[in-house]
Amino acid sequence: MSGPMNATAGLQISDVSISYGRRPVLQGLSLPPLIPGEVVTLAGPNAAGKSTLLRAIAGLARFSGTVTLDGQNLAQLSPPARARIIGFMPQTLPAGASLNVLETVITALRASGERNVTAPPETRAMAVLTRLGISHLALAGLDQLSGGQRQMVSLAQSIVRDPRLLLLDEPTSALDLARQVRLLSEVRRIAAEGRVVVTVLHDLALAARWSDRIAILHKGGLYAFGPPAEVVTPTMLAEVYRVEARVERCSRGHLMVQIDGEIPDPPKG
Amino acid sequence: MSDTAPLHDYHRQNRRRLWLVLAMIVMALLAVVVDLTTGPSGLPLSETIRALTGGEVARGTSVIIWQVRLPIAIMALLVGAALALAGAEMQTVLENPLAEPFTLGVSAAAALGAGVAIVLGLTLPFLPPGWSITANAFLFSLGALGLLQLMGRLRGGGPEVLILFGIALNFTAAAFLSLLQFIASAEDLQQLVIWTMGSLQAVTWTSVTILALILLLTVPFALAASWRLTALRLGEEQARGFGVDVTALRRWALLRVSLLAATAVSMVGVIGFIGLAGPHIARMLVGEDHRFMLPASIATGALLMSAASTLSKLLIPGTLLPIGLVTSLIGLPIFFWLILRGRSAR
Repeated sequence: MSGPMNATAGLQISDVSISYGRRPVLQGLSLPPLIPGEVVTLAGPNAAGKSTLLRAIAGLARFSGTVTLDGQNLAQLSPPARARIIGFMPQTLPAGASLNVLETVITALRASGERNVTAPPETRAMAVLTRLGISHLALAGLDQLSGGQRQMVSLAQSIVRDPRLLLLDEPTSALDLARQVRLLSEVRRIAAEGRVVVTVLHDLALAARWSDRIAILHKGGLYAFGPPAEVVTPTMLAEVYRVEARVERCSRGHLMVQIDGEIPDPPKG
Repeated sequence: MSDTAPLHDYHRQNRRRLWLVLAMIVMALLAVVVDLTTGPSGLPLSETIRALTGGEVARGTSVIIWQVRLPIAIMALLVGAALALAGAEMQTVLENPLAEPFTLGVSAAAALGAGVAIVLGLTLPFLPPGWSITANAFLFSLGALGLLQLMGRLRGGGPEVLILFGIALNFTAAAFLSLLQFIASAEDLQQLVIWTMGSLQAVTWTSVTILALILLLTVPFALAASWRLTALRLGEEQARGFGVDVTALRRWALLRVSLLAATAVSMVGVIGFIGLAGPHIARMLVGEDHRFMLPASIATGALLMSAASTLSKLLIPGTLLPIGLVTSLIGLPIFFWLILRGRSAR
């Protein structure tokens, strides 16, 4: 379109369709604008297209439709230019190369060819490790780390370029309870600094506790989108996940999902 | 503040790596000097140095040094550098520690090209005399890598696909080479077999210059891609998330590998294990930050090849062994040691 530039701040996803070969994964998906400062979680059953959508926004999967960040069409950016404004934490953990943690984070900064004037790359990398509480691992070899430690390193790699949009694909999958809380609290702080954060989470209780809004993807489209209390309902759990569940509030007001059992699939005619 | 301590260590480690790379380069150059002083005519070191620096020496001595030993010694250095750089880039972009021009069929294709020239007498028209074998070997090995890239692109080339094609290519070229050997005359067969063992004897200043130019053309681009190559070591998804155009990185790296390997192999024949051992030793010395790893691979390959050139003259006194045979002989024990050492470290 040759109209005036869309000046809307935040992430706009409109009419996005993605397919793997001939199998459509998402069809014409649109979301209301995602605003800087908020954490939005993509949830839904396996193969609903959550990771695919995240990878498409990051520029790693082909799609049709429009995705803009602060009015800028992301599809028109070169990979390095995109990486300068988007931090992407993939589901796969960094491979066990003979590099230490500090080197990998510096690599995440230098690989896009970015030359920042404010601070040398190694200082910025170290600051991120300190912020995430893993500065003691700076000189540890990547191949000596546990899965959880590598996941923290992966987060460090995705935020070191100081992106305006942060995409996290199951960022807590390898973390123990304490680290899950630590990572998600940190993610909230990162969002509060004026960034848009989009995560994929499987655990609906975690999602409800740490997200401002949740998008439930189901059958190639958007099933529901809104604040956790509006989205995480027994009806949604029954229709989307096919589980019988109650959703209650604890004394502190947090949502609790109580699973009672599975709902058998309707007989196919 | 305690958080500056790792930075201090990081800088110190990089200084150490820089020194290691420089030390390897110096050792490679020293190996060339040793290579120059060994040979059937047994010239003493002082005589060699005098000939090199333009001092007063017998005319025969000057010819031996300048027209025989120096081009061979420099060619050994350059071939080692080229094959090790090709191996290092290939291992990174194909995400496989066993990838190198030798294992993925480039050498076999070159040998097939040489065989076509030697046995069938088929080659390009209008070539200067003496270049038919080299030209065929170059075209075949370049063609092999071109085919590899093409297949990869048609099939939506992930690294595994490229590796499989490379191995298939290797066996295909080897099968056709066997066929040629079977139908070859006794003389042709002998020439072909010796060619496939690798030899520096036919080296001229022209071939030295060509390979040097190819290195000058490719090394700067390889070094410029250092950060992107390091990023790829963390995984393709990671690298793409960092803004690396992995497809373009692979394509350009494989083009450099093609030029380096095809040129080197076409001029000196099949040289095994330098492309494998060079990068592995470099990685052990300086880690996988490619700013250090690539130069270290180049220096290590050059050193190994230079040492092999010297050993090829010394191992059996009075006999010059094919250098490809020697690199395999010294490369294999190093390789076994690397595998065993790697296991015990875990």
